[in-house]
Amino acid sequence: MNYETLSSFAQTWGLLYFVVLFSVAVVYALWPSKKSEFERAANLPLIDEEPINE
Amino acid sequence: MALFDKHAVFEKHSLLLTVGILVVVAIGGIIEIAPLFYMSNTIERVNGMRPYTPLELAGREIYVREGCYVCHSQMVRPLRDEVERYGHYSLAAESMYDHPFQWGSKRTGPDLARVGGKYSDEWHMDHMADPRSVVPESIMPPYEFMVDRPLDYSMISETMAAMRVVGVPYTDAMIENADLDLRAQADPDFYPENVEYDYGLEDRYNEASGREGTVNVRVFDGVPEEVTEMDALIAYLQMLGTLVDFDTYEAGDLQNRR
Amino acid sequence: MASSTIQKMGIDFSVLTVGLFVGVFTLLALLVAAWSPDPLFEIHGWISLLMGIVAIAAVCFWAAGLKRSKVFDPSAYEDTLIKWGVGVSMFWGVVGILVGFVIAMQLTFPNFLYFPEYGFLNFGRLRPLHTSAVIFAFGGNVLLATSFHVVQRTCRTRIAGGMWPWFVFWGYQAFIVLAATGYVMGVTAGREYAEPEWYVDLWLTIVWVAYLLVFLGTIWKRKEPHIYVANWFYLAFIVTIAMLHIVNNLAVPISPLSSQSVSLMSGVQDALTQWWYGHNAVGFFLTAGFLAIMYYYIPKRAERPVFSYRLSIVHFWALIFIYIWAGPHHLHYTALPQWAQTLGMTFSIMLWMPSWGGMINGLMTLSGAWDKLRTDPVIRMMVVSLAFYGMSTFEGPLMSVRAVNSLSHYTDWTIGHVHSGALGWVGFISFGALYCLAQWMWKRDRLYSAKLVEWHFWTATIGIVLYITSMWVSGIMEGLMWRAYNEFGFLEYTFVETVEAKHISYIIRSLGGLLYLVGALIMSFNVFMTAKGKTRKGEDDHVHAPTNDGLPAFAEATPAE
Repeated sequence: MNYETLSSFAQTWGLLYFVVLFSVAVVYALWPSKKSEFERAANLPLIDEEPINE
Repeated sequence: MALFDKHAVFEKHSLLLTVGILVVVAIGGIIEIAPLFYMSNTIERVNGMRPYTPLELAGREIYVREGCYVCHSQMVRPLRDEVERYGHYSLAAESMYDHPFQWGSKRTGPDLARVGGKYSDEWHMDHMADPRSVVPESIMPPYEFMVDRPLDYSMISETMAAMRVVGVPYTDAMIENADLDLRAQADPDFYPENVEYDYGLEDRYNEASGREGTVNVRVFDGVPEEVTEMDALIAYLQMLGTLVDFDTYEAGDLQNRR
Repeated sequence: MASSTIQKMGIDFSVLTVGLFVGVFTLLALLVAAWSPDPLFEIHGWISLLMGIVAIAAVCFWAAGLKRSKVFDPSAYEDTLIKWGVGVSMFWGVVGILVGFVIAMQLTFPNFLYFPEYGFLNFGRLRPLHTSAVIFAFGGNVLLATSFHVVQRTCRTRIAGGMWPWFVFWGYQAFIVLAATGYVMGVTAGREYAEPEWYVDLWLTIVWVAYLLVFLGTIWKRKEPHIYVANWFYLAFIVTIAMLHIVNNLAVPISPLSSQSVSLMSGVQDALTQWWYGHNAVGFFLTAGFLAIMYYYIPKRAERPVFSYRLSIVHFWALIFIYIWAGPHHLHYTALPQWAQTLGMTFSIMLWMPSWGGMINGLMTLSGAWDKLRTDPVIRMMVVSLAFYGMSTFEGPLMSVRAVNSLSHYTDWTIGHVHSGALGWVGFISFGALYCLAQWMWKRDRLYSAKLVEWHFWTATIGIVLYITSMWVSGIMEGLMWRAYNEFGFLEYTFVETVEAKHISYIIRSLGGLLYLVGALIMSFNVFMTAKGKTRKGEDDHVHAPTNDGLPAFAEATPAE
């Protein structure tokens, strides 16, 4: 293994890896049907006085 | 039952999350660290590196024990002022037998990568026992307790054997003779009673180095009767940065470009 | 028949398994105490034996005193453990800051504070004690306590594992005691922020795996469909620290009966592994873990949901997949190959974005409620912690630029940078969370004294300002002095002249540390009095202090988006 192989790998697959990772995170965060789930989740700290018991 | 099914999905989610985190963080570590083991030019080709002698190794353990690395670096950077102040910039090869490395991260005191041979043993003695007696402005802690404390080297051959396991090229002879080699280095007139000793300390370590005169044999603390912690620490400091033969080191060599 | 009897006696299965682990621990401690030829290892054997016996005795007393048949009651949160966490966090915080003050004084007045005959009070041994005490003992306990609090609340269920959370908590204290006593005696692996020797590392690994399982177990039995984002951050902190801890501490003990070991890796590979660990200890211990605190306690205290939950998701993934690469910026201009240095620098600069994204998300949670900064000193403390977070996550990328680093590296500038993050961000967000927990866990309407929180806030803030400004001055000054040339082309200053020049800065730094310590002592008193149920006379009750109940219901709270 030498520097050239490493850098060409990083500049192609590495770039792709980060773009894909970031895109997945953004798409997941902005997915329309997730909106209500996230809204409820955001309010979790405000409604947690007692455990829920089945 | 329906609730149970739902639950299984949730459980999968948190495992998925855990695995996702692990994969993402592991990739970063692997891509950065693994090539250092495989890339041929990570460590330069140099002449002169050898494993530490038992006495130097014991001194190094004291250096680690006292936390010297929190104030002293052992890494001269290739910057003009550092090379003029401390000497040739440090090479990766120079710490290849350091388990653990002691590059440090802070210079509350000066860099020690090339301190070997810069000061006399007496200076080191005085400086360690009472730093402000030789450098009035120094803020270094005093190590007077080391002056008379006998060195505990009962585990030194075990330490060398463990270092061989992790890749330091100690030979059988080096490990077998560890105790005697250690005492011989701190006393040029060393004559063990009731034991046979081949006086091969310098041969063994010079051979490993490929150079002559890499082992300092003398009474480091001025008292030949006993090997003290001070002997070991000074022996270590006095060899730091002296092994590599810079006359034969070609910085511009393609192998050494990183 | 037998098992039902056992259950009637209230002895849960987890008690037996925990008992087994503690028993084995105690037995091994006995073996070490009896047979180790290494005197320091023997001392650790005796200390461990004592801790094991105390643990076993404590469990026996607890079991004997049980009145209810139902232990680990699933219909209630486990809050007793969190109360312990608050107390222990305060204790270690004061100890760690005190040791920090002592070593700052040692650097300022070496003639007064050193004892030539005793090595165990020297800077080289106390400095690891300081760093480990504040990071792992104080910070670690804050993370344990808050994560146990948050994961129960946001999952709406009692913490999993019966007695195992207790094992995690006390096992972690045992780790701290062994690490701290080891440093003072000179038992060290010689790796910054990872100084504990092999057997202490092994013990921490066991405790940490138990921590992960307890945390995951609680998430598995959650009653809410969504895993709240704070738990993501806690999970990333737990999982990543486990990985870093194991890889960085790989070592070969020189004998099973010796405290010493040699590290698996050496030189350049060891250096990168260590700083990959070291920087991500900052990233995942001191950042991800405390961001989890931010994402729960700031919304909770401000009584409004986080500014943007979607941003928090992007924040999470961007932070963890960038942070892990930044380590090599600790090794600029060293013998580490340059491609690795450049990689570390690039990612460090990129890291600025998710850091500030998270900071803005936390700050904007208060939009529309900025008056709380005036009325609630606890939330002010947490908001100011975010300001310090923003400051040090801007300074960090700046210092990771190779040209800047050539000046800043090895100097006090780094020390100042670390402390703006540690005292300002980690310290203040922790104090904020602990004040909340003191009030909520002991079910008080308000803290003993809001005025004392004000006092704490201002002494600590002035302390931080003195600390970081003095370190900027001394760091940049010594960096410039080291590289200064005179008119003849020679180096202008000897090394010791740069040491001498920093004396005034060191006095100011010590003063800053002292003020921060005073603040922590004020807080300890306040938390103690709150726990006792006292309220300070003469303070009117209109101070805004949201309690655990009486909060707006879910339907009334309006999401930000």
